[in-house]
Order: sequence, then C-alpha cells, then structure tokens
Amino acid sequence: MADLRTSAGETPCIREEHVLTTEIVLPDGLDTIPKLLDRNAREFGDAAACREKEFGIWQSWTWAQVRDEVDQLALGMIELGLREGDHVAIIGNNRPHLYWAMVASQACGAIPVPLYQDSVAEEMAYVLKHCGARFAVVEDQEQVDKLLEMSGKTPSLKQIVYLDPRGLRKYDHTSMHPYTDVQKLGVDQADAIRGPKKPTLREELDRRKETANGDDTCIILYTSGTTGRPKGVVLSNYNIIATAKTSSEFDHLSSKDSVLAYLPMAWVGDFIFSIGQSYWTGFCVSCPESPETMHQDMREIGPTYFFAPPRFYEGLITSVAIRMEDASPLKQRLYKYFMDHARAVGGAILDGKPVGPWARVKYLLGSILIYGPLKNTLGISRVRVGYTAGEAIGPEIFEFYRSLGINLKQLYGQTEAAVFVTQQPDGEVRADTVGVPSPGVEIRIDDNGEVFYRSPGVFQVYFKNKKSTAETKDKEGWVATGDAGFIEPSTGHLRIIDRAKDVGKMRDGSMFAPKYVENKLKFYPNILEAVVFGDGRDRCCAFINIDLTAVGNWAERNNITYGSYQELAGHEQVLAMIQGHVEEVNESVARDEMLSACQIHRFLVLHKQLDADDGELTRTQKVRRRPIEEKYTDLIEALYDGSETVFADTEVTYEDGRKGRIAATLEIRDARVVGAERMAAE
Amino acid sequence: MNVMTKPTITEDHRTIGDVQMEVKNITLRFGGVTAIHNTSFNIRHGEIRAIIGPNGAGKTSMLNVINGFYHPQEGTITFKGEERRDMRPHIAATQGIARTFQNVALFKGMTTLDNIMTGRSLKMKKNIFWQILYEGPAKMEEIENRKFVETIIDFLEIQHIRRMPVGKLPYGLQKRVELGRALAMEPELLLLDEPMAGMNVEEKEDMSRFIIDINEEFGTTIALIEHDMGVVMDLSDRVVVLDHGELIADGTPDEVQKNQDVIDAYLGVAHD
Repeated sequence: MADLRTSAGETPCIREEHVLTTEIVLPDGLDTIPKLLDRNAREFGDAAACREKEFGIWQSWTWAQVRDEVDQLALGMIELGLREGDHVAIIGNNRPHLYWAMVASQACGAIPVPLYQDSVAEEMAYVLKHCGARFAVVEDQEQVDKLLEMSGKTPSLKQIVYLDPRGLRKYDHTSMHPYTDVQKLGVDQADAIRGPKKPTLREELDRRKETANGDDTCIILYTSGTTGRPKGVVLSNYNIIATAKTSSEFDHLSSKDSVLAYLPMAWVGDFIFSIGQSYWTGFCVSCPESPETMHQDMREIGPTYFFAPPRFYEGLITSVAIRMEDASPLKQRLYKYFMDHARAVGGAILDGKPVGPWARVKYLLGSILIYGPLKNTLGISRVRVGYTAGEAIGPEIFEFYRSLGINLKQLYGQTEAAVFVTQQPDGEVRADTVGVPSPGVEIRIDDNGEVFYRSPGVFQVYFKNKKSTAETKDKEGWVATGDAGFIEPSTGHLRIIDRAKDVGKMRDGSMFAPKYVENKLKFYPNILEAVVFGDGRDRCCAFINIDLTAVGNWAERNNITYGSYQELAGHEQVLAMIQGHVEEVNESVARDEMLSACQIHRFLVLHKQLDADDGELTRTQKVRRRPIEEKYTDLIEALYDGSETVFADTEVTYEDGRKGRIAATLEIRDARVVGAERMAAE
Repeated sequence: MNVMTKPTITEDHRTIGDVQMEVKNITLRFGGVTAIHNTSFNIRHGEIRAIIGPNGAGKTSMLNVINGFYHPQEGTITFKGEERRDMRPHIAATQGIARTFQNVALFKGMTTLDNIMTGRSLKMKKNIFWQILYEGPAKMEEIENRKFVETIIDFLEIQHIRRMPVGKLPYGLQKRVELGRALAMEPELLLLDEPMAGMNVEEKEDMSRFIIDINEEFGTTIALIEHDMGVVMDLSDRVVVLDHGELIADGTPDEVQKNQDVIDAYLGVAHD
C-alpha cells in the first residue's frame, strides 16, 4: 500500500507528529451525565428537554420533569437490586423512556449497554452474556420474547423492565416489571427507613450520583463490526462529555437547537447527539411516533441540527425524483429550470462566495417557487447544520442539498473516537474530503497509508478484550482506524480511500479499491448496493442489488409487469439498464489513473436483497465483504469462468428468525470497458 | 356436541365466561337453496370461536345471520340473554356486535383516520346543528372520540398511514384498518370474516397477534371464519365445522382435528 501514499502526493510534513494531546478541562461538578441533568433541571427547568409523538400528539417533558422521571426510575432500580458497576441492557426504538433508563442506570452507578433493537435473539444473547448484564430495560413484547428465548444462555440477567405492557399480561412476572411500576416502587420506597445507620433509598442514590466522576465508564457500545464478533467499546464520562463540549462549540449548538432522534440507540452517534450534546447544551430531542412515521414527524419538528447516513439523503432524492416524474409538465419544467440554476449558483451562495445580482434574484425566485416548498416537504427547512457520515456520499447528492441552501457537511468518525475524528468547517465543504481534524483531535498517517488519531474522545478499552485493544490502540493513545487515506497538502483536509484491509492488488499489480467503484455505482438511484470483486484477480466483476422503489417505479412507467423482487431483478430491460449504468461507471473509473484497472468486466444482478439478517450487511447497513464472498462462491466463480448463466439457491432468514430458500437462474452480463489505449488517445 | 357453560380458565390464564350468544336451530334458505340447515351452537364470553368448513359450507351466511344481514326462516338467536326470531343490523351494532368483511368494505377515498372515526358514529350523540357549528359540546365529543381512535391506531400500529386514503394502501393494511373500524365500536362480540385471506406469512403472523391481543387486552369475544387451518388451530378455543349448511362438528381444535366427518368433508367424500 506504499504506492497509495506516494501517489496521493503526500508531503513529508504530513507525517510529522504533533506533540500534545489536547486536554479538555470540564467545569467542576459537570463530569457525569446525571450531574449535567441536575444542572439542566436547575438552570432551564421549564424548557423542553424531549418530545415524543404519542396518539398523534407531541408530548413534551421539561428538564425538571426528565430529572424526576430519571430519579424515580433510578430509585426503583436500586430497590430491585441494581448495584454499582452492573450492566444494564437497553433495547428498543428511540423512546424518551429508554434514554431516561440510560441516564437512570448511570445515576445508579451502573453502565448502560444499548443494543440494536432489530438484532436477532442470538446476537443479543452474545452481547448480554459478554457484558454480563443483570438488568434489561426494553421497549415491548418483541424484545422481551427475544430475551426469554435466550434466557438459558444469559444466566446473569436478573430483571427485565418493559415499557409497553401489551401482550405481556400473562407472562410470568417474578423477574419482569412494567416501567411505571418500577418508578412507583422507587417513589414509594424512597424515604423508607431501612434500619439503624442504613441509608434510605434516596440517600443511597444521592451518594452514588456524587461519587461518580469523569473516569468512570459512561457507556459500553458494541460495534456491529464488518468482521467477526462485536466488540464492546468502553467510553468514559470524560470521553463523552469532552467530545460533546468541543463538538457543540464547533458548530455553535445552543439550547435553541432541535434534533430528531431516529437512528439506532446502540449507535455511538445517537448517544452523542441525543444525550451527550443535548445534555451539554440543553437542546430538545424529539422521538418519532414510529420508525415508519419518521419523515412526517421530521416535517412537523423541523430539526435544526440533523444527522443521517448517505443512504437517507439518497432515499430522499429518489423519492423526489419519483414524484417529479409523476408531476404535471409545468411543474416538471419549473423544477428542472430552477434546480439547474441552484446547481450553478446555490453552493456558492451558501458558502458566501461572490454571485451576480441577477443570479441572486433568480435564486430568490426559485426559493419561493421550488426550493422552499421542496425543503418543507422534506422536513429540512430549518436545518442549520446537517451531517452525513458512515460512508462516502455521491457528489451529485451532496451538491443537491447544498444547492438548496442546506448546510450539509461530512464528518469522519468512529465509535472508538466517540464519533468525531474529522469534520468539515463551514465554508470548506466538499464532497470528496471528510474535513479537518475535529477540535482536540490529532491525525497521523502511517507508512502504509492507514489513518491514526488521538483525541480526548478516544475510548478506554474494548470490554474484556485485551488483544483487540492492544491491536487498535497503542501506549501513546493512537488509534488505528483501519481506513486508508491521505491528507491533502493544500487544504489539510483528510481524504479516505477505502478500508485499509479491503484495498488490494490485482494480478498485474495495479491497485484495487472496491469501495471507490461501488460508491460510484450506488450513486445511481436504481442501484441499492454493489459488491465488487477483483483482489488478486486479473479483472473486476460485480454483484448488483437493484433498488426496488426506484426500479419498481421505472417498471410501472414502462409497462413492465413483475410479480416479485426476484422477477424484476432478472428482467431483460432491467439488466440492460443496469448494464448502461455499469458502463458509465467504467468510463468514469477509467479517467482515474490510479484505479483505471478497477473497471467492471462482468456483473450479475442478485436475486435477493443483501440483508443484515442473513449476515450480509452489518446492522448499520454496510456490506460485509468476506461473508458475502464465502456465501456466494459459486456465483463469483461463474463471473470469472465465462458462464452466461448461473443457478443460485440461497438461504434467507425472515425477520422472526425462520429460514427459507430462494432459487433463481441469474444471467451474467459483460460490460464494455474503456481501454488504456483509448484513454491515452483522448 | 359439547356444551360448556360454566366459566373456565384457559391454559393461558384467560377467563371464558357464560354463553354470550346462542344460535338455535337456524335454517336459512334462498329460494330452493338451503344455505344453512338446522344449525345450533353457542359463543361464550371472552373466547375465540372459529367457524370453518369447505367452500360453500355456509360460514359467511352464518355470520350474516348473526349480525342480522340475513333473516333465517327458522330458529332463534339469543344475544346477551335476549331471544330474537332474527337479528337486525342496527340492533346488532347498538348491542355491541361489530364485524369485518371477506372483501374489505372501507370508504376507499377517505383516510385511515376518518374510516376508523366512522366506527364511532354510534357513540356520537350531539345533534347535527352542534356538529355543523363544531363548537362546544360537539367539539369536545369529537376530541374524546378521536382520542379513542388514536389508541386503536396505536394498538394496530398504523400511525404511518393515519392520513392516507385507504384506497392507496396495500391489502394487508386495509384489512387492519377495517379491523380498526370494527374495534372503534368497542364491540363485545367481534365477527371476523377471513381476516387473513390473501396475506403473506408475515402479515398473517401480525394479524394473529392483533387478534390475540384484542381478545386479551379488551376481553372481546371473537368469532372468526378462516381457511388457514394452522391459524385456526393455534388461535381458537373452540371450533364449529360446517359442511353443506350443516353442523358436522363442534369442539376444541384437537377434537375437531380428529373428527372423521371433518376429515371427510375436507378430503371430499361423496355426500349421500
């Protein structure tokens, strides 16, 4: 990978190590989340701390109410036997009560461990067993059932607290309690005398809150991991609060901001935004009514600070594109005219660059006719700071939002860093970089091109995993990201190329960076997912997953009938369209000197969607390359041995854990590649 | 034939009470065709009662008799202790019998919310003038009923389609909306005509869960017609089997499954 570095035009100064790790000093008495909550309840007690839509109406809780809710739950959990240092699993969709359960656990001196709510029972059992959770606070019957199913494998689990009692009435309640009952228990027992010299429940809670400090563990987050078993990332109170402080200051967040909490609670970003930054600055966090109503709820709330993976932004554009195709000719022409204008000048206006007066007037008119209503429909009218991270975002998608006047920026982060490694400052936003080091973060690129960082947010250890900790974090606190990248000498911005372990060599020695090509493919709305193979081979081939919404709509407009995903994916005209996309990507890839060998020679469209339940994607929807390679060996072989069709019979897992099979004969297509000679001639 | 009357506790701790509805010696003819012949059975408080049988056995006709769509030539219907020659739809509705239909019968152009609100019309007592003004008592009444409808929307997990015209919804969701409208009547007896017809496995599982939850949470008695035998055997406390308009078996799912007449009816033994 040495060539990666040199070809990136690295200058020697980049590897120069900074001397100091910035120490962030936290104000006195604000070194744990429960202490921040107490401060908020004192200082802005009447301001809304969180909202949730229930029964079609937004319900609000003030900071003072949240503190009371948290205290009552904490008292109840102590009464139920929660000890300091215990682990409390939190499982469910984004609900205020589950966030409170995290803070209540911390108030009790216990450590919250949020889990992905869509994990299957076995995945949950692994994490529960690994952290030895004694308590679990869960949303509903679905999660309770998973815990009970795995109870044989999780002997440490003693108490389950649940939010929604529906369907749970007839369950054995010896070690299961409704959330409100636990709070009631806490209130009833708070001041009961426990015997001579024994503290009351309330005194005990106060003592536990008081003794906790910045070095104590704040939370353990299990990373979904593109390879192997999940690892528990231990983050201290200092990690979280220092990061929340610096990142809030970076984007000038204040108690007036508003966010929508809709990303999984087990994901570090959600914890930083919905708890860390919210508790630090005091802004209000809103929870959607259900995952399906998220878009509607977002319109109603109008968040000012917003975070979403590229997938989300792509999805919004796809929905706009589909609806515009069904719109009247006048609307279509207006849309096209003003969107073209926005593309030309919108970004410049946002960045405060000089733009002619006539262009400004036209842009203003566009805002009234198109941009404003469009932003309103998408629920992004009020977005002041928007971030995307997790994966590369298509330049066109990125520009689309920026041209509308949305300050969409990129950041590069990891669970191990408590999110922030680099981010883009206002006015220096580009689609192809991930920004400059976040406040307090130092970056280093090693000889192999791998990116390392050191910051106040750097995690403590991987829970019960000394080996992995040692492999990832060295004695001086530098953490390996596993990503290959380089720093642009002219701007100081970091550019990420691919996962370091995924960057390989083709047989002729040229570089193979699959993500680079896959991202180009995924920028087409019709392509949901792509997996490119080629490491150690003489040419590249690819699996493609179609996007059912986009292709389905296209099929409807072109009078193509289909009965299932599988039938649509194998349709002659769909294949021809995908082939067109692949060939366009090949032309674009050919223009990149370093990666021109990564053009796709042959491809097939998969008969099923890659899915986390089948172990093909991570829970955060990233491709798991190795498992896919192992699972589909026969298909890959067919791509390389010249066959024109291949029979695939694949096991699939349904949401409830049952298995089934899908069989299909897939057509393999050749795509035109652009030769080196032609490129040279051009 | 088994006739249980004493309150019993099921394995899953539900209480099944006295007889709520009794149909006795019902015969229903359409001209020369006898759809139901001299059939009697009962439905007890809090149970899930299934009516099964091959195509044309008279199951839907039976539901129509129970809620007064059809008027049988012979027999009586006793509901909540009151014996009638035949039921009338408006009496059925006011007495607490609600139903869903085999082919969804919703107002396609109206939203989910409005459709379910129509299920509350019997509970709205304010006169038309108040309602036109939409002020004072009428508004309060509307809000109160809306609140109830929202609990149903939450219960059936259809928040995301609250404002969508039901005609645009996929079939499985339409069925759920229809169930919601029936629930809005706060029925004591809920009649479901093939609640799972045309659904895939996942939708069927969801629907089964809703049926069980309705029965448990609200204590609603449920009588359902269903063709999926797996679902019937899992859900129901007792099963009535009809064939060619006649009752051929009545008992617990286990008993019915072992009954030779039932096996013959389903496998198609020639009728004399």
